[in-house]
Amino acid sequence: MLEIRNLTVKIADEDTQILNGLSLTVNAGEVAAIMGPNGSGKSTLSYVIAGKEDYEVLDGEILLDGENLLEMEADARAAAGIFLAFQYPLEIPGVATMTFLKAAMNAQRKARGEAELLTPEFIKRVNAAADSLGIARDMLRRPLNVGFSGGEKKRMEILQMALLSPSMCILDETDSGLDIDALRIVADGVNALRAKNRGFLVITHYQRLLDHIVPDTVHVMSKGRIVKSGGKELALELEKNGYAAYSEAA
Amino acid sequence: MAIITPLKTVAEQQLAQQFANAKAELPGAGAMRKLREDAFAGFEAKGLPHRRLESWRYTDLRSLLREAMPLAPRRAVRPHAVADRLALQTIGGTRFVLIDGVFSPADSDQAGLPAGVGARSLAEALTDAADEMAAAFVAPEIARDDSALMLNAAFAGDGVVLEIAPGTELQQPIVLLSLATGQSEAAIVSRSLVKVGAGAKVTVVELHESVGPAPAQINHAIAFDIADGAEVEHVRMVTRQRPETVQVQSLLAEIGAHASFASFALAANCGVLRQQSFLRYAGEHSRAALRGINLLRKQEHCDVTLVMDHAAAHGESRELFKNIIEGEGTGVFQGKVIVRPHSQKTDGSMKSNALLLNDGATMFNKPELEIFADDVVCGHGATVAQMDAEQLFYLMARGLPRPQAEALVLAAFAGEVAEFVTDEAVREIAMREVEAWLAQREAAPKGEAA
Repeated sequence: MLEIRNLTVKIADEDTQILNGLSLTVNAGEVAAIMGPNGSGKSTLSYVIAGKEDYEVLDGEILLDGENLLEMEADARAAAGIFLAFQYPLEIPGVATMTFLKAAMNAQRKARGEAELLTPEFIKRVNAAADSLGIARDMLRRPLNVGFSGGEKKRMEILQMALLSPSMCILDETDSGLDIDALRIVADGVNALRAKNRGFLVITHYQRLLDHIVPDTVHVMSKGRIVKSGGKELALELEKNGYAAYSEAA
Repeated sequence: MAIITPLKTVAEQQLAQQFANAKAELPGAGAMRKLREDAFAGFEAKGLPHRRLESWRYTDLRSLLREAMPLAPRRAVRPHAVADRLALQTIGGTRFVLIDGVFSPADSDQAGLPAGVGARSLAEALTDAADEMAAAFVAPEIARDDSALMLNAAFAGDGVVLEIAPGTELQQPIVLLSLATGQSEAAIVSRSLVKVGAGAKVTVVELHESVGPAPAQINHAIAFDIADGAEVEHVRMVTRQRPETVQVQSLLAEIGAHASFASFALAANCGVLRQQSFLRYAGEHSRAALRGINLLRKQEHCDVTLVMDHAAAHGESRELFKNIIEGEGTGVFQGKVIVRPHSQKTDGSMKSNALLLNDGATMFNKPELEIFADDVVCGHGATVAQMDAEQLFYLMARGLPRPQAEALVLAAFAGEVAEFVTDEAVREIAMREVEAWLAQREAAPKGEAA
């Protein structure tokens, strides 16, 4: 499904190289976790997959079902099935949450050649998804993410993920800023979306999130590369021994 | 001291000739004729406003007006475009139409004029009550030096005069629609007067549009005389202008005690536009707000210059202007707040926010606070920024194509000002103008907006 080969990336207009020949495969139905210390390039990886423009790809490729994502703008990648749940979801004052959700869903449908969603059907879907994530209707009437707590913002990300039904979900530090209850709600939301035809890339510092979203594979990232891959037991080992061994290996 | 007689520009000479030819026929005898002559003499002494005058620093009318266009004729036959435009008019129960600055009873709709509202054309009022009108034409102290306003006083032959009786509360806005026919190049000079009685409540919506191909030189003023306890809302939308049209819109307001005045101005496809406002707090415990949205592209220019004169204590003033500028557009915000020595407890807040969408766009901000009282709260802030690349990426990562993502962010930016328009139908029309302007944008090439 998602295939990253020898990805080498630097910050645009700077010499700082962040990703150094990273290769990674996430199969359909698989939940892959990426763990690594601060500054190892985890967030950069998620931004580069989603199509942020602040980076320059020096080498390598990113394929989604064989399609080269690097040739597409962020909106086309979203329509192709990529969804990035942001570590820090943006506040957009003046844009009503419902207006945004409808615009996003219909833009993707349009890009895929599907008919626009009619309002009653749209509202039905939003309400159902909101209810299952414990999102109050009142929140949906507010401007997008404005004045939301950290937990509310993360739930809103998962709501969008549920509504947009992507094939490849990337969760960037989704556990940061969440208390235990919010973490459980968010993890339940993600688990409910696990499906045979959908892959997940879960980026996190801590083992904690992986107690709730149990991964199939765990990759250790250090200095812009994957330095070790294994099963879910690798996360436990990292929790115990830390990243030090891998920092030196890289 | 040597007396320096400045050289007159071609346009100034033409204006002098026009005034000499027109003054005998302009409505209003007696005191009004004297006022016109004094106003023109004042104009001649000063000439057209130019950039060496601090208040006109960014809009050099002297160089913008190379030649004075001939005064607009009264048109016997109007182009179809006028009727087509009138058919689109949806807001308000009462509408007054000025065509090339001349009141058109046939196009106006006064059938629904509520009780307590008196309405007549300025030409009629000048003929019937020249002395009273002359008194209403006198510029407030803060505007007395403005030679564009002098020109307006000298030439304004028509407009609408509204009188709202004390205690009258109007549910529907009163619409003043000014159409430039654009049949030939013409100078259009008009003035409307709105006298609001104590405790009355009214919304006046001015729409200024052009329906033909020829540019114009427009000098329009509206003056509000607001009695104690009245609540007045004013909306002005200047849209669909020819790019070469040069326009001065003056807003004058004298605000009584415990009264409120809120003005919202929208400029889109405005050509070269100067919007100047002169507000005076004549009584205590009054509130006034001036807000607006300016959408500028190509070589468009919009100058918002305002003076808030807190001549009474316990006054509150709010100013909020948002500019979205692309191409080689230029936005100007000059805000002056004067707090007189006895005007204690004045509360003023002034904000100007601009988004520049490309390198050629320009915004000038100049706040001026002249505070002579010691117990006041006055603040100002100005921001000039590009569109937020992080916000755009977030929206695009959800599947919105760049033009749509940009339009959403920009409409939200402007929408925060439109929110202050109380009348829902009017607010929707303002937002439709914003959306139409955004829809005209071409998507920025990849990477340029970041």
